Amino acid sequence: MKLNLRVWRQKNSGAEGAMVTYEVDGVSPDMSFLEMLDTLNEDLILRGEDPVAFDHDCREGICGACSLVIDGDAHGPERTTTCQLHMRSFRDGDTIDVEPWRASAFPVVKDLVVDRTAFDRIIQAGGYVTAPTGSAPEAHATAVPKADADFAFEHAECIGCGACVAACPNGSAMLFTSAKVNHLNVLPQGAPERETRVLDMVAQMDAEGFGGCTLTGECATACPKGIPLPSIAAMNKEWLRARRKVR
Amino acid sequence: MALAPSKDTAAAKDTAAKGSASDREAAPARPPSRTPTRGFWSSTIGKKTVMAVSGLVMLAYLVAHVAGNLKVFFGPEEFNAYGHWLRVMGAPVLHHQWGLWIARIALLAAVGAHAVSAYQLSRRDIKARPTRYAHRRKGSSYATRTMRWGGIILALFIVWHVLDLTTGTVHPGGFEEGRPYQNVIDTFSTWYGNTIYIVAMLAVGLHVRHGFWSAAQTLGVGNARRERALRLTANLLALVLTAGFIAVPVGVMTGVVN
Repeated sequence: MKLNLRVWRQKNSGAEGAMVTYEVDGVSPDMSFLEMLDTLNEDLILRGEDPVAFDHDCREGICGACSLVIDGDAHGPERTTTCQLHMRSFRDGDTIDVEPWRASAFPVVKDLVVDRTAFDRIIQAGGYVTAPTGSAPEAHATAVPKADADFAFEHAECIGCGACVAACPNGSAMLFTSAKVNHLNVLPQGAPERETRVLDMVAQMDAEGFGGCTLTGECATACPKGIPLPSIAAMNKEWLRARRKVR
Repeated sequence: MALAPSKDTAAAKDTAAKGSASDREAAPARPPSRTPTRGFWSSTIGKKTVMAVSGLVMLAYLVAHVAGNLKVFFGPEEFNAYGHWLRVMGAPVLHHQWGLWIARIALLAAVGAHAVSAYQLSRRDIKARPTRYAHRRKGSSYATRTMRWGGIILALFIVWHVLDLTTGTVHPGGFEEGRPYQNVIDTFSTWYGNTIYIVAMLAVGLHVRHGFWSAAQTLGVGNARRERALRLTANLLALVLTAGFIAVPVGVMTGVVN
């Protein structure tokens, strides 16, 4: 396959960026999108040019490091992570636009790499449980109803990639925050911090400069892990409950 | 990853290496734009809650309003009597027009709260996403995308509507207090009266369609099980309100109301 790539190039966070066109030849339909970018980068290095910087790590869809808005879609046209997107989803001769996540809370570091430490600080604000560490506790010591366990697991799937923020027209982090809040708040292990968790995580989310939720549903459509839109309503419910309980 | 191709002097090599290292290493982590606070009004969810509640207050009013409007089809006596009842509503507990003024003040508060929270949230949202994607896609539904402009259109409409049929300031023909039937016919006998009104009522429908469902999500009532019921209720409310309101100018235009 031969492709035309239009890639966002930006030297550093302070520099102006622009879309730059590259031609990539010899792309196999079995390559992942990142492998296709590797091919481009090898070519750029041989030509003595600066390779395109992009985030990646596990390349098996579980770490949340990869990003990229491909043809206007976070993680591209398939509902998966960019590393699990294969070139067979494109056609020979296609022109593909590759851009970084766009949100003022996720400033561009270089090219396609954005600073997602805002998510780390939201987690630090309450995305944990206070529990004695040591050997793993007996699994049956704390009974969790099946429905709650399923609900928690559905939200625990969030890998924190930021596609929700990238897809949201308001740059809102509500889906990410709700996934983390719901995951822990429904479990007995998360109960001691149930109220402070949601209040502090939402406060941190707002302080980071993410936008508000207008329920467009773009986030849930983009989410590679299928965190559902009703998660946001569930977090709103938790937040309102916590407001009533904590003064 | 390769560094910039080496130049002839060691000094050039050094600066090239430094330059490219600082390019790659992240600038010091971006700090939060402000200190976190648990305050209700400072939170986006708090503001959204205010918007949801004030929206529902206005929605409840609209349902009562459309029911009242449809009385126009039962003739001038009944419609004018209804208009009179609004002034003695709550009597004898409430003094003349007190019920009406209480409703007006509550509505004004709701409109104000809705507008202020919408303005503040919108400003925040626009600031949170300053750069557009070069490759833009269509995205969400028409009702969702038009919430902001729809809201502005509705605010302007309300001003005109009050000046037209409550105070009579911009009313075409002689405005007569206490004779709403004739006033309604006057307004809907002009082309612009009909146009403004019908456009605004379509905007109401779109606004309610996304707004009612959104309010349910904001107040935490929405969940996967109730999704269908909530969407259905939102669509039904939008349809009934728009059709009910538009029936009046259509009635005047077709001569059913005269």
